[in-house]
Amino acid sequence: MNNTENTNNDDVRLMKGNEALAEAAIRAGMDGYFGYPITPQSEVLEYFAQECPKRGGVVLQAESEVASINMIYGAAGTGARVMTSSSSPGISLMQEGLSYIASAQLPCLVVNVVRGGPGLGTIQPSQGDYFQAVKGGGHGDYHLIVLAPASVQEMADFVFEGFRLAEKYRNPSMILSDGALGQMMEKVVLPPAGSLPKTKYDWTTVGKPAGRERNIITSLFIQPEKMEQINLNLQAKYEELKKEVKFENFNTEDAEIMLVAFGLSSRICQKAVDLAREKGIKLGLLRPITLYPYPYDRLRELAAQVEFFLVVEMNAGQMVEDVRLAVEGRKPVYFKGRMGGMIPSPEDIFAEVETILEKQSISQE
Amino acid sequence: METLQAIDGMELVYKKPSTLTDTVFHYCPGCGHSVVHRVLMEVVEELGIQEKTIGVAPVGCSVFAYHYLDIDMQEAAHGRASAVATGIKRMLPDKYVFSYQGDGDLAAIGTAETIHTVNRGENLLIVFINNAIYGMTGGQMAPTSLLGMMTSTTPYGRDKDLIGYPLKITELVANLPGAYYVTRQAVHTPNAVRKLKKAITRGFQNQDLKKGTSFIEVVSNCPSGWKMTPVESIGYLENNMFPQYPLGDIKVPQDGK
Repeated sequence: MNNTENTNNDDVRLMKGNEALAEAAIRAGMDGYFGYPITPQSEVLEYFAQECPKRGGVVLQAESEVASINMIYGAAGTGARVMTSSSSPGISLMQEGLSYIASAQLPCLVVNVVRGGPGLGTIQPSQGDYFQAVKGGGHGDYHLIVLAPASVQEMADFVFEGFRLAEKYRNPSMILSDGALGQMMEKVVLPPAGSLPKTKYDWTTVGKPAGRERNIITSLFIQPEKMEQINLNLQAKYEELKKEVKFENFNTEDAEIMLVAFGLSSRICQKAVDLAREKGIKLGLLRPITLYPYPYDRLRELAAQVEFFLVVEMNAGQMVEDVRLAVEGRKPVYFKGRMGGMIPSPEDIFAEVETILEKQSISQE
Repeated sequence: METLQAIDGMELVYKKPSTLTDTVFHYCPGCGHSVVHRVLMEVVEELGIQEKTIGVAPVGCSVFAYHYLDIDMQEAAHGRASAVATGIKRMLPDKYVFSYQGDGDLAAIGTAETIHTVNRGENLLIVFINNAIYGMTGGQMAPTSLLGMMTSTTPYGRDKDLIGYPLKITELVANLPGAYYVTRQAVHTPNAVRKLKKAITRGFQNQDLKKGTSFIEVVSNCPSGWKMTPVESIGYLENNMFPQYPLGDIKVPQDGK
């Protein structure tokens, strides 16, 4: 492309979030994609259908999300780098498969371009699947690694990070996006192809050569002693995962009031911080980037610094529970949310901060 | 394990295939599963494809199939074995892949996966054990249970007006263009076992041709679930099951082998 400002060979493009994600996956060396169309993420499957026949990688439109996540199970078991994507109702259908994948410890990447619910809901953006993503979602004690992008750039970057973490920990990763991030167009610097090395595993089912024990991929451990040990192993892994926690501080150093938001909400909150700063109010923002593992420690630190927290989400109040767990009652934790595909404005958020400040000053008089 | 030797002066004519593990089958006396396991592994041994074969076990009585088959295997969620097998085969198109599924798994909860796997013509083998009952969970009605059949969930007999008809899913998948080879076999007599072995051999060899799905139904028995002796269950097969599920090839490739 002809971009005169772009002097250093970066591959800069204007792309939809869903397309940037798909392009990044091809560059990340994805071996296979299995998916089913659903708004607002159908561009992902369409992009692969267009590109994979030319550039390599298996792409298959399954008969359902139930089938696609189980194809992922089979394909991941061969050691291939595989992913699927869907939106909220389809991700609900995948929960059975995700539980099996987590138990069998298979690396893969799952993308949820979240839309408003519950039920068939709406195709507009939402963050209503937070609980489902970070607390397990399917049956049994397990967790996904959850990354929350806030830009088209991160839709691309987190594909690499999602695969890297999934393969390092033999655990499914999820990118928890939303309908706005999937559909909106922004400038994106595409990561170079071939920069994510592949590991040759010894646990894969690829055919048993003479002299090695057969490999079995299963989540069935009928003796409770064995099943408990599997659970202990998983819990030890989740403990180890804590070191991968990532968050972004935005004007936090001198902040007296702290917004907490992830994904698209965090982007809107940045504007609210700017509005407040213009009026001399020391507002800051903590943005969790990994939603699992979660930055409990950083929030606990901030509880010593700020007057109160305001958690902003596009749901009825889900991540706010984790903020309260971290803050442990040391400071008030307020919540501002929109639901059903509605998006809060920076002015709404700033007005909420002012309302809380007003109430506090009345109660102090 | 020590290699089996013929007793002095006698000829060794039959032994456990090297592709079966030494684990003792958990199946009930008289059950057909262990015979089908054995035949599968005899074929894998004789074709010399142990290093290139990946199996998918179902949920049901054969949920532990991977304890016995000495090959790389994956254990699928209930009904999803053919989707899992699809994922494996798409990644490893030159390996031999099969799913092993019972009637509840393949023809009830996994109906969509079964039909679409075959309709895509996935180049793999599906082995379908039809014993007309849910054995693992204690003898409930299966989609293939016969009309009038007494099970724990049809204690007065399967009534078509209440719960519909036995599902002949093998005839159904044979209608799909992606089905390359469809046959219905049994394991109730030595001759039937020999015929099944030929069919399974073909199911593996067909994968070299990359022309579609091979689908083998084995009409089998469940003495425990049917509340019969093994011998009585063979009689039930012949008198009741085979009339509903007639044995033989249903779709045979027209081109060559």
